[in-house]
Amino acid sequence: MTAVPAVSAGRRPMGGQQVAVALLLPIALINVVGFMLPIFNLARYSFNRATVGGGIENVLTLQNWTGLLGDPFYLQLILNSVFVSLGVTLCALILSYPIALYLHRASGSWRTFLTVLVISPLLTSAVVRTYGWIAILAEEGPVVSAIRGMGLTPPPLMFNINGVFIGLTEILMPYMILALLAGFGRLDPRVEEAARTLGATPWQSFRRVILPLTAPGIALGCLLCFVLAVSSFITPKLMGGGRVFLLATEIYDQAIVTLNWPLASTLSILVLVIFGAALVAYSAVLKRLD
Amino acid sequence: MQIHKTSKPMGILVAVLFLYLLAPVILVFPISLSGDSVLRFPPTSWSLRWYEALFENRAMLGAFWTSLSLAAIVTVLSLVIAVPAAWVMVRMEFRGRDLLFNLFTAPLLLPTIVLGLAILIVFASFGLLATMQGLILAHLVITLPYALRILAVSLATQNMACEEAAKTLGAKPLTVFFRVTLPMLTPGIVAAAALCFLVSFDEVVITLFLTGPRISTLPVELYNYVYNTADPLVAAASVLLILLTLGVILVVERAMGLGRAFVK
Repeated sequence: MTAVPAVSAGRRPMGGQQVAVALLLPIALINVVGFMLPIFNLARYSFNRATVGGGIENVLTLQNWTGLLGDPFYLQLILNSVFVSLGVTLCALILSYPIALYLHRASGSWRTFLTVLVISPLLTSAVVRTYGWIAILAEEGPVVSAIRGMGLTPPPLMFNINGVFIGLTEILMPYMILALLAGFGRLDPRVEEAARTLGATPWQSFRRVILPLTAPGIALGCLLCFVLAVSSFITPKLMGGGRVFLLATEIYDQAIVTLNWPLASTLSILVLVIFGAALVAYSAVLKRLD
Repeated sequence: MQIHKTSKPMGILVAVLFLYLLAPVILVFPISLSGDSVLRFPPTSWSLRWYEALFENRAMLGAFWTSLSLAAIVTVLSLVIAVPAAWVMVRMEFRGRDLLFNLFTAPLLLPTIVLGLAILIVFASFGLLATMQGLILAHLVITLPYALRILAVSLATQNMACEEAAKTLGAKPLTVFFRVTLPMLTPGIVAAAALCFLVSFDEVVITLFLTGPRISTLPVELYNYVYNTADPLVAAASVLLILLTLGVILVVERAMGLGRAFVK
């Protein structure tokens, strides 16, 4: 009995290490085969050359990159993607902020209930939610009928950038709300109360107290939404009706329809570059806030 | 003291914003009961015809069973792989542990459109396109990070006194794991399982790259359907999907509280 601990104590370091490696092997294998290898391969593909007829020449060329950045269509596409994403992010922020503030102040089971309401769209398939928006904005949908009912001519809402904008904003709102809430931790109700007791108007207290205190949450939410908007595919594809060209839809079309994998890879890497730029901007904003 | 009580205009504003947020999810319910042959709201008549049409649609039914079995297999595999991995990551000290953890959860940082294309290109050369094995592997890439993260948090917050006690009383490491650690980990396992199931069942972008006429999942079929036609059929399917999701949410809520499963 006394010998057992001594033996196991003596052998554990070696045996433990082997066991640890064995237990981590499956997840490491899947990570390598399903993540690292594909991503490195993707980066490599952006320097390959697509030949006529869907073939791929294994060379090292900057052709995709120079072609991409010299083509007005793609430059417009990139600018479109960035501006739409920025606009959607701003709208999502404006619409999410009051909800997040309200949730932050709510308490008990009411708060839990509202939180579940915020999270539940996240757990609903993007296809389902986009379909819901198609139903709402359709020619015979409630919004168009209501506008007609008021005797006005409804603007074109579906199969153009308007629909994509409306749908995408709603789809990203839960992320924004959760990010804002995470950043609202520093917002102590007593600080606000102090401002109001000292004679600040509601607007002043919002502008001078609440807004600065919640700025880190705003920055985080904007980063998250922007990144998700740039790479969103389902909503622009379904609601754009083939008339809205954004980076993500172009990646898919090049990969599946045109079968130009090198160009699709180049566009993908470009999305990652935009991600990197967003991250840099985010850290710069955070630094200035501190 | 009452300064904080939310004012009425604020309450109304928040209600309107919530309506916007939930509108697409709410609206599919009445539309699914439409008797019209086109997408129209409010419907001119009510019926269950779209549910009937859904259950007679072979492609949808086939895709549903594919999705269900795929999600089930992926969930089980995720747990079998992630529970031991999380245990090693949390309970053992070794160099490069944080780096490894970040690497294992990194697939979540990549947009699915990029990951989908990357996997498509590699799987094409492995002959894994439009196969069940390919779909399982691709889904594991994105479910494992969720599972690992949730299980690691659960393990890290677990009280280790019980494990210590069992060890002191002479239990072998495996006995400690199966009789003490694992039972205490149940809420985390349930949450991880539910999330893996939902992520796999709802995954559409990566799957879109990997499916074909031979094999398709429900979200991909729905996507293709909406892309080509807009009628209330998808509303009926959406209602069933939402109810399924709701059921899974309730399980998670029971097990550990939804907020905790998401925020960290």
